[in-house]
Amino acid sequence: MSMTWYLAVSAVVFCIGVAGVLTRRNPLAILLCLELMLNASNLSLVAFARTHGNQDGQIFALIVMVVAACEVAIGLGLIVALYRRRLPIDVDELRELQG
Amino acid sequence: MAEVVFVVASLVVIAGAAGTVLVRNAFYAVLALVCHLLGLAALFLLLRAEFVAAAQVIVYAGAVMVLYVFVVAYVGQDEHPLRRRSGRGLRGLSVLFALVLLGELAIAILGSGLSVLDAKGAGFFPLFGTPEEIGRLFLTKFLLAFELASMLLLLAAVGAVVLARRRSGLDDPREISVADLVRPDDKGTVGDAERGTLQEAVGPPGR
Repeated sequence: MSMTWYLAVSAVVFCIGVAGVLTRRNPLAILLCLELMLNASNLSLVAFARTHGNQDGQIFALIVMVVAACEVAIGLGLIVALYRRRLPIDVDELRELQG
Repeated sequence: MAEVVFVVASLVVIAGAAGTVLVRNAFYAVLALVCHLLGLAALFLLLRAEFVAAAQVIVYAGAVMVLYVFVVAYVGQDEHPLRRRSGRGLRGLSVLFALVLLGELAIAILGSGLSVLDAKGAGFFPLFGTPEEIGRLFLTKFLLAFELASMLLLLAAVGAVVLARRRSGLDDPREISVADLVRPDDKGTVGDAERGTLQEAVGPPGR
């Protein structure tokens, strides 16, 4: 398969993720859609690594996965903290950052 | 053969992504994301990235998604359908923005004219993408990134524990202090006893 197809799949998934982040209001769903965007970028990184016959892109993808795991841990911790404080789990109603 | 695998895997990837966005129930959205990740691992295998595919399945589809499932089960999926503030116009605008972005990316990919994109990829040596090669690169060329990633994971783990612990807020009287741990069990003050009963009557915070 030519690399253009991999990049096309990556672009489609990235745009689906963007649409999800912009339309969903549940922070959990927004985190899931962020995962979609990160995975799309991972796919294009690995595709370019294959294109150039160089493994640096795969290393980059692995580091992106590490950062994504950290982001998930912090984001889910925030959601649990919101739930404990009985705040609404809705990004439209969480406009203010004060306690 | 590779074409068939690619088409099936990319359909799974795109369908999983669409399901993640469209499904209202958060639990099913997480399951759709797991399908998406498995399809993506198949694509990684086609691209000769064995170790990335294995890490994707084990770390992402295994560990991270289990974390998601736990939080969904804890919080519940109450996306209030009645209070809809962001109107239909804003939602349509968001989808329009995503479509415009897709068009722009398509123009960028198709219009780049890179000859390398139409090729099947450069030649690769037999160990390309195996754990052996990835590990060698991580410990030689990318050692700094490797160590920084481990520090980042440690910080994230500590941060998540601090954020999600049971007693939140420093001015909360029910906060655990070091004195509580040092003091023997039978020597509490009256205030402590009252506070304990009050806490039992009220229940844990956030309930």
